[in-house]
Amino acid sequence: MGYEFLDHTGDLGIRVWAADVKGLFQEAARALFDIITDIEKVEVHVDRKVTVEASTVDELLVAWLSELLYLYEVEGLLFCDFALAEIEEGKVKGVAMGEEFREGRHPIKTSIKAVTYHQLEIKEKDGRWQAQVIFDI
Amino acid sequence: MNEKQSVRLEKVDEYRWLIPREGGMRTDGLVYADERMMGDIKKDQSLQQVKNVAFLPGIVGYSLAMPDIHWGYGFPIGGVAAFDEAEGVVSPGGVGYDINCGVRLMRSGLERTEVQGKIKGIVDALLVNIPSGVGSHRKDLKLDKGQQRKVLQKGAQWAVDQGYGRWEDLEHIEEKGRILDADPELVSHKALERGRAQLGTLGSGNHFVEVGYVAEVYDEGAAGTLGLAKDQVTVIVHTGSRGLGHQVCDDSIRVMLQAAHKYGIELPDKQLCCAPLGSQEGKEYLAAMACAANFAFANRQIITHWVRETFEQVLHIGPSTHRLDLIYDVCHNIAKVENHTVEGRQQRLCVHRKGATRAFPPHHPDVPAAYQEVGQPVLIPGDMGRCSYVLVGTRGAFEETFGSTCHGAGRIMSRHQAKKSAHGRAITKELEAKGIYVRAASMGTLVEEIPEAYKDVSDVVNVVHGAGIGKKVVQLKPIGVIKG
Repeated sequence: MGYEFLDHTGDLGIRVWAADVKGLFQEAARALFDIITDIEKVEVHVDRKVTVEASTVDELLVAWLSELLYLYEVEGLLFCDFALAEIEEGKVKGVAMGEEFREGRHPIKTSIKAVTYHQLEIKEKDGRWQAQVIFDI
Repeated sequence: MNEKQSVRLEKVDEYRWLIPREGGMRTDGLVYADERMMGDIKKDQSLQQVKNVAFLPGIVGYSLAMPDIHWGYGFPIGGVAAFDEAEGVVSPGGVGYDINCGVRLMRSGLERTEVQGKIKGIVDALLVNIPSGVGSHRKDLKLDKGQQRKVLQKGAQWAVDQGYGRWEDLEHIEEKGRILDADPELVSHKALERGRAQLGTLGSGNHFVEVGYVAEVYDEGAAGTLGLAKDQVTVIVHTGSRGLGHQVCDDSIRVMLQAAHKYGIELPDKQLCCAPLGSQEGKEYLAAMACAANFAFANRQIITHWVRETFEQVLHIGPSTHRLDLIYDVCHNIAKVENHTVEGRQQRLCVHRKGATRAFPPHHPDVPAAYQEVGQPVLIPGDMGRCSYVLVGTRGAFEETFGSTCHGAGRIMSRHQAKKSAHGRAITKELEAKGIYVRAASMGTLVEEIPEAYKDVSDVVNVVHGAGIGKKVVQLKPIGVIKG
């Protein structure tokens, strides 16, 4: 499991890999919060159940990340750990764990406006899953 | 990231490049740039994006790109495309997430020498009075659901109703600060939640308030009509519809992914998903987009009021002395149904401007009475270390680009490259040495916005001026900036 950042003139992307789709969703979520803040400084004090729906697995990934971004923006929650209960046809159920943003404790590195569908990609190759997502910054 | 595909380009003249129609393209692409800029443009995937836009049904004229073009998601930033009202489509990706991100410019009754010595006080107070950065908002601006609905319906008019600014301000805003077709019922609960505490906030990224002065005058006559003269102090406000707009776009894209499938529209990139203008999905997007646009107009209007208050507090002067009057307010990300003449025929077109500015010519009915003789003011902010420009719209723009021109400098470095380049440097000190006092809510975003991360806005403006799709009036230079 892992991720790397991709350079894009206007925005920023991630490439994520994992052994299965669940792992892919977890890593992508970690990468998202690693862009926003110093993820090492986020502790687990609260958790939120997250359920999203979409018609394809790549759109499901965008929906999942968008929901986490929404919780950050509206409730000020930063997440560092994720458990995926299930990914089935058109639906993801999971739990996001982290804490509330605190000035001075959590540096804000970059603000993300949205998760885009531009050059969105999920594929399985040689038993390994890989995804690419670009954020609007 | 995907491999860069090579795009066939034909040089038309000093400022124009044609991307000939091929494959699934329904029309040619046309890019405004000079030889040197094209060298940089070719390095990213933005030309491929100009091609992709040309695939969309009902596109009229060229798939256009302004010289500040850079790689966006879906449409390129700096892209302009018009679609026939009867046969064409509307695409949320052609407007972007920050719906009605835009710029307004105020002139003042103050000279540079009166303000320069007090700039630190002004900038520090702006940062206190105008919420910037994560989660910050003013305690004295809280909206209930009913009020939020009114903001979405009435835009800047709502703000003036509440005492933020003056009625004369509205005359000098694109669409008079209110797009009429807004329907708040089409804005989701999530979008309302994201917007609830964000009205009257600057946001982060490239958003800013900048105090500057008129450094150069290119057209005395037009400058006089706009009330601008050398060394006069000006203020620019750059922000948009914040989380509310981002969510409206996000919600709409999900609908449009289904709609594109339903109407059998083939997409070269999912982010270009769209629906026919006449369809329910198309109409609903435009009505929700109008709500977000109105939110942005209200946002800039409220911030304008706080800018005026800040000058009053710090300089101990009244409105009759600072005379911070609104010159104009333009949208940079918007889709609008407009009347245009194409091949001698009047047509109703939905013009998408994504990182582009409307630039209507003299005597157009949508140009405010005060500017009828010179054309619509066009405001082109540069990076925080160099300069900005005021242009006016031209007949050439109306005929060639559906009354559109460039919107800014355009990024040249990725944020990662910018951070690397800024590493170990004291950016605020460097700028202070150049006479520009900058304060930011977050140092993280400040380093992404270093001047060299952008193209030189002067190059961009010289291309549109040279091509006749905008006319230079004055150049502004910054002395104080707050960044989100």
